[in-house]
Amino acid sequence: MSTSNFTRRGMLKSSAMVGAGVALPTIFTASSAAAYMNEPTGASVTLGFNVPQTGPYADEGADELRAYELAVEHLNGGGDGGMMNTFSSKALKGNGILGKKVEYVTGDTQTKSDAARASAKSMIEKDGAIMITGGSSSGVAVAVQGLCQEAGVIFMAGLTHSNDTTGKDKKANGFRHFFNGYMSAAALAPVLKNLYGTDRNAYHLTADYTWGWTQEESIAAATEAMGWNTVNKVRTPLAATDFSSYIAPVLNSGADVLVLNHYGGNMVNSLTNAVQFGLRDKMVNGKQFEIVVPLYSRLMAKGAGENVKGIHGSTNWHWSLTDEGSAAFVKSFGEKYGFPPSQAAHTTYCQTLLYADAAERAGTFNPCGIAEALEGYEFDGLGNGKTLYRADDHQCFKDVLVVRGKENPTSEFDLLEVVEVTPTEQVTYAPDHPMFAGGALGSCNAG
Amino acid sequence: MLGLNKKDTTLFLIVIGMAMLAPFILNPFPEGSSLAQMFNAGYPDLMQRFVIFGILVIGFNILFGLTGYLSFGHAAFLGIGSYSAVWMFKLVGMNVLPAILLSMIVSGVFALLIGYVSLRRSGIYFSILTLAIAQMCYNLAYSVLGNPSSNFNLTNGETGLQLSLNDPRILGSATTDGALPVTNLFGAAMRSSYQWEAGSWLFTFNVGYYFSAIIMLISFYISIRIFRSPFGMMLRAVKSNQQRMNYTGLNTRPYVLAAFVISGIYAGLAGGLLSSMDPLAGAERMHWTASGEIVIMAILGGVGTLIGPVVGAGFNEYFKNILSKINDDILHTWLSFLPDGLENLLVGFLHYFVGKGWHLTLGIMFMLVIIFLPGGLVQGGQRIAKLFSRKKDGQATPPATQTPAE
Repeated sequence: MSTSNFTRRGMLKSSAMVGAGVALPTIFTASSAAAYMNEPTGASVTLGFNVPQTGPYADEGADELRAYELAVEHLNGGGDGGMMNTFSSKALKGNGILGKKVEYVTGDTQTKSDAARASAKSMIEKDGAIMITGGSSSGVAVAVQGLCQEAGVIFMAGLTHSNDTTGKDKKANGFRHFFNGYMSAAALAPVLKNLYGTDRNAYHLTADYTWGWTQEESIAAATEAMGWNTVNKVRTPLAATDFSSYIAPVLNSGADVLVLNHYGGNMVNSLTNAVQFGLRDKMVNGKQFEIVVPLYSRLMAKGAGENVKGIHGSTNWHWSLTDEGSAAFVKSFGEKYGFPPSQAAHTTYCQTLLYADAAERAGTFNPCGIAEALEGYEFDGLGNGKTLYRADDHQCFKDVLVVRGKENPTSEFDLLEVVEVTPTEQVTYAPDHPMFAGGALGSCNAG
Repeated sequence: MLGLNKKDTTLFLIVIGMAMLAPFILNPFPEGSSLAQMFNAGYPDLMQRFVIFGILVIGFNILFGLTGYLSFGHAAFLGIGSYSAVWMFKLVGMNVLPAILLSMIVSGVFALLIGYVSLRRSGIYFSILTLAIAQMCYNLAYSVLGNPSSNFNLTNGETGLQLSLNDPRILGSATTDGALPVTNLFGAAMRSSYQWEAGSWLFTFNVGYYFSAIIMLISFYISIRIFRSPFGMMLRAVKSNQQRMNYTGLNTRPYVLAAFVISGIYAGLAGGLLSSMDPLAGAERMHWTASGEIVIMAILGGVGTLIGPVVGAGFNEYFKNILSKINDDILHTWLSFLPDGLENLLVGFLHYFVGKGWHLTLGIMFMLVIIFLPGGLVQGGQRIAKLFSRKKDGQATPPATQTPAE
């Protein structure tokens, strides 16, 4: 500290200087200078990848991040271009988006809504991200989607399977490529009917948050419609790691089917517990006891190992698909990382490409322009066949795969086999379907 | 000034200065430089967190620092405050004042009830009681009271309570264009900010930040007054020897209960502010790890000191937000001057300390502080100050006031 004397005169002098200094540069508000939130002015554009790096969905998050990095590489003209070559739209040229180099920032959602929002906020406020994507949990996706709507940036949902994301909690700035609980139920029900008959008693174990609730509701409704009886619905905390106390009551409930509305680490643990308790070898009501996992992924199958054999579920995409787009994606992902991508990786890669393509076609990064370009957009060549981004709720409609844990896997990645490809028409629903009612898109917000 | 002695006035002025100039202090690197990308903290969300968690820990310090009662469930009040505020936004209107008022009242009532029960015990039993009650609150919010399919959905479970377009909001703030209304103070939106470009620097002045900062300064002032009041002296006496106090015929429980309620109200205020800045309240805020974090912040900064809580909260939030955002790519850019093999090795090693490994780094820092600076960062500051003042005029500073031993 200096020992200079504080005088009234000195004080006035210095404050006048400070005042002049403050007044000299242009003072402006964020909204009046830029046309929209975080308008990219330099030679690059920043995307925010907000994925769970810790928590029960960390495996999925890691795979999502790999896909994002791959997508950025392809957008910037690196690598072999992946699905950009098979994509029906040819607007992307491999020179970034609208000629701007794509850069990205990452964050950890911790699979918690609060942390995810804080992380997304810092991406928007600090790093100037023009688009946020990711979120391996519907709770997180819904929370971050709300934030992006308020902040005025686009949210491209990653792995989120709850009906609410494009139902009750849909937002004008949010878009989802992944399928949802209703679609899973619509695709699975006929298969289950053929396999296990119409006289079954189902017991639900459900992850206690928006995704679990809506999937449970969808599956219960679809199975009850074909004659099944729902014995009980039990909620388990998302952070739970040991499910034995939830499995034991199943044995005495008189149920002969266990529906695990679990995902990621939850499903791995609950399925392992269920198999350890010998559920699969039991005969109840004169029928073989069965387990169903409505939302399946290769990463989960890998985690659960032997236990997944013969268990049915649905998935958004699987690497063994042989169409042009899937093959190109599996090839470039495999060459970069040495193993095939998961469905989480696929959907996030598609979302990044779809965003970039929409920006190219709209000729702007303005969220409202991009939203307009995505609404009602029909595309092909991204591994799911013909797909529609419905304007009413910003949900993609495409085929759904019903898969089964393979009995004789040929490699550590070859764990699931596709049983049936359910066509789009069978999983399409009206935008005002009761399971999706109660929300409104609102209008797009450009900040 | 304002009934403070000279030393406290200086401290208060320094805090005022720091709070008001935070957008400059926290943005030391020019915009666009790689250092700015990582270390600049002058963006609204983080600045708001600094002061809001500052308020929380100032309140916690009134209880823990003065009376020595270690509450391990303080996050419950933060959560209760957050939920109350969001409900106020949903039902009444988007002005933040009523919301904050309600969160203070509700958390105060809860603190009275919880305090009445748990203050029947002291020491470790008190800590465990508060922990248990807070976990009960968490589970109620996470699951029991948060199921959308039931008729009584108070907290919306894991997704968190948030605003929606069809909320009643009796005091206007209706939206015409289908956008969600924003939280405001008589029209000044909390999230609006002014950006000032000075050369290559970019400074952001956020309404929400300054609003929270002013509330933090008021809280800080009240905390100084409590520390210096006879009431504060009584609380300190409870800390040094409660039994002796009881033997002299004095009933200490009302004093401790008052401290507990005050600190609960502080936490509720912080929760209300958090919701005012970002109208979403999640149950995770009430989890016991969040309570633990409050204790860590207080100890990091320096328990029982006036400025310690603010420093600790800032330190914790800064590293949490900065470290978790560093990824391998950024490490590679930083270390690109090294030969390839060494670079990859070093990145591989540092990988465990940044990004998802931020807990580890923060844990190490916490350990270092506890081992070498048991009095918290404030003690470190005092040591440095002592070092410099000796060098300058060869005079030893008077010994810092010691908190009485347990």
